[in-house]
Amino acid sequence: MAEIQDDEVLDASGLSCPMPVVRAAQAMRGLAPGQVLRIVATDRGSLADIPAWAEDTGNELLDTRDEGGRLVFFVRKGSE
Amino acid sequence: MLDTKLGEEELRRIVREEIAAALKKDPAARKAAIIASKGTLDWAYPPLILSTAAAASGMEVAVFFTFYGLNVIHKDFERKLKVSPVGNPGMPMPVPVPDIVGALPGMTGMATAMMKSMFRKKNVAGIAELIDVARESGVRLIACQMTMEVFGYEADDFVAGVEFGGAAAFLSTARRAHLTLFI
Repeated sequence: MAEIQDDEVLDASGLSCPMPVVRAAQAMRGLAPGQVLRIVATDRGSLADIPAWAEDTGNELLDTRDEGGRLVFFVRKGSE
Repeated sequence: MLDTKLGEEELRRIVREEIAAALKKDPAARKAAIIASKGTLDWAYPPLILSTAAAASGMEVAVFFTFYGLNVIHKDFERKLKVSPVGNPGMPMPVPVPDIVGALPGMTGMATAMMKSMFRKKNVAGIAELIDVARESGVRLIACQMTMEVFGYEADDFVAGVEFGGAAAFLSTARRAHLTLFI
């Protein structure tokens, strides 16, 4: 699969619920519609939380990867 | 597959726009009203975690702190919020602690220190950080005026940014919110 280009990276490693989505929401504010935020998290709950957050905020989850416990999410900013 | 000439990208865009339009027609889908009624360290977390997550998910959130819940937004919350093993068999302890032992002087302090250390080890945000995040992300923190007066609190006893209100103010917010929780 082709590598997804990100415009911004958020390292939420080590943070527990609810901080990964809190930081993701903050980071997303700095992006323009269509730009991609890469979120790195280690909280396993993020596997459910980031997709739910993306859907609720009108952003699009492009891909999720589990790199041996290091969870990587690519989220494209919606047109709000 | 759908029999359509639209590409996948375009379909996704249309679906997102339709969802956004539906949500706009129903503003209550983006509002949350939460009551926080408990004043122990463990129960201080749920209203703060849910309200900050809701704000991060684009919701307007109001949390009403009533009765012992006022402890959470009291300036002295670090000292007021405690947890006790007494009557709390669900609390994980290194060894089982019968209520009669848990009731000994110092046990509440020990259990509180233990819980704080467990949370820190797992890198869970502290109450101070969650209150800061709540305020920064626009969560309204509302102290119940009646219980404040019953307990002898003044407006100045609470962290900055706290508003004050009563049952009617909560209900007025709650009736316009799909998400209402009593914690």
